Amino acid sequence: MGKLGKRETLWAWIFLLPNLIGFLVFVGIPIVAALALSLCRWDLMTPPKFIGFGNFLRLLQESLFRRVVWNTFIFTVGTVVPSLVAGLGLAMLLNRRFRGTHVYRACFYLPQILPMVAAGLIFQFLYMSDFGFINFVLSKLRLPQPNWLNDVSTAMLAIIIMSIWKSTGFNMVVYLAGLNGIPDTLYEAAQIDGAGAWQAFRFITLPLLSPTTFFALAISLIGSFQVFDQIYVMTRGGPADATRTLVYYIYETGFQYFRMGKAAAAAWILFLIVFVATILQFRYQGAWVHYEQV
Amino acid sequence: MSRYRNYRKGAGAFILHILLMLLAAIFVFPVFWAFVSSLKTLGEIFIYPPKIFPEDPHWENYKTVLTGSIPFPRFMLNSLIVALGRTAGVVITSALAAYAFARLRFRGREGLFLIYVGTLVIPFQVTMIPVFVIVRNLHWVDTYLALIVPGMFSAFGTFLLRQFFLTLPRDLEEAAIIDGCSFFRIFWQIILPLSKPALASLSIFTFVGTWNEFLWPLIIINETKMKTVTLGLSIFQGLYFTEWHLVMAATIIAISVPLLLYVFLQKYFVKGIALTGLKA
Repeated sequence: MGKLGKRETLWAWIFLLPNLIGFLVFVGIPIVAALALSLCRWDLMTPPKFIGFGNFLRLLQESLFRRVVWNTFIFTVGTVVPSLVAGLGLAMLLNRRFRGTHVYRACFYLPQILPMVAAGLIFQFLYMSDFGFINFVLSKLRLPQPNWLNDVSTAMLAIIIMSIWKSTGFNMVVYLAGLNGIPDTLYEAAQIDGAGAWQAFRFITLPLLSPTTFFALAISLIGSFQVFDQIYVMTRGGPADATRTLVYYIYETGFQYFRMGKAAAAAWILFLIVFVATILQFRYQGAWVHYEQV
Repeated sequence: MSRYRNYRKGAGAFILHILLMLLAAIFVFPVFWAFVSSLKTLGEIFIYPPKIFPEDPHWENYKTVLTGSIPFPRFMLNSLIVALGRTAGVVITSALAAYAFARLRFRGREGLFLIYVGTLVIPFQVTMIPVFVIVRNLHWVDTYLALIVPGMFSAFGTFLLRQFFLTLPRDLEEAAIIDGCSFFRIFWQIILPLSKPALASLSIFTFVGTWNEFLWPLIIINETKMKTVTLGLSIFQGLYFTEWHLVMAATIIAISVPLLLYVFLQKYFVKGIALTGLKA
């Protein structure tokens, strides 16, 4: 390595240092500590006691924990799929130049920028059973008016609807960027070959958007598995555990019952679920994600 | 443009606009409803069938919230300090590290970068408990430091800026190196000025993200006077849960800052997303 090379290396570490130190203290060490903690019993007061995989075994046997994982799964599927489809639909409608596209886009993206806590409160207000606006509309349409957040059978649905509203704008923006990258010539060629609008969508748009879908799906899944704020504000996991999700469980276990080891173990199970979902996506992307050779 | 030529004129365009207007109305309605409700009296909230607009707008609801027993102005100030501090920290440390990853050659660069990006798949909830313990041992509970510092070292920000730096042309830098410029001057006088859009996007993204954050302040802050807006909003709801006109006024106050940023700096919100992964 020459003199310039040595100088470069030295400078590189100087540039990295501020980030690296903080990263080590607040990300690196905590990751290792969380691993160790998940193998211990610890109430924050008395010294931690090593119990091996006890926390994990107990969690897997606990029916509440299984319920919580199931709820998280339902929430994720119920939120991610519709908000991807809706995001794609809006992007298709807006992917052209006409007056007002900017305003429409701004409207659809608006929920995304709100604090989840505020959005949760607004929807709690809309979901009120007697005086809520949603039930008012339903009564006008002569549809049943559920007791949304207080009914075991509708509480999760209510949270899901609100979360779809909140996250669709993000997917729309991602899809608009993806649509932007599809060359017009492909559609022109398809038109010459006599393809209709549906065929163009099915055989050009969807395949060429698959990397975008892959990206949006990955981000949405990771976010959805971590659902917490709206649960805390709207239902506190109730009624009767109907909306208790994994992160809500971790919060309660760690910071209400002070079972730090068990909470850390539950957090690692959350990581495993997210990780496996991501790996599976990468593993099977060959089957449906189409990367264009440019 | 040619692909949609059929839609743009006549009945097709008209139907499209109607459809979009309807959808946009649905998306905006909850915020609109919160706003009009924040100007009603409690009696008007509980009228059936509901009226959209209040008889007279009751702006004093906002005064009630801002001067009530819960120090809302203080929460706003706390959130502002925390969001600004965190944003400055993230942008500075990320830009420095991103420059090293994008431009400087050193042993272990690819490996270290991979570790950085790898930590992005680890959910915050995994590290939350150890970070809580570290912050407690530093005696930072109920301080601004606790709210600002742990979130300041962002793998996401480093990743985003590195990707952007890689797209910048190298000619200027090479000339500067030949002229004997230091790496810091190149970073400061060439790279940063060329990266303003990316830096702006990361700043806004971080600012709004911090403003909206809830779980971390919830576990690390106990004292009322140190609470952020989102926390304040949740305790406000706990105390005034039947007085929806006031809860909605508090909600509008809490969302006002991200909303104003969004109205004035809209393009950066969207650009940030485009920068993150789509090009990677």
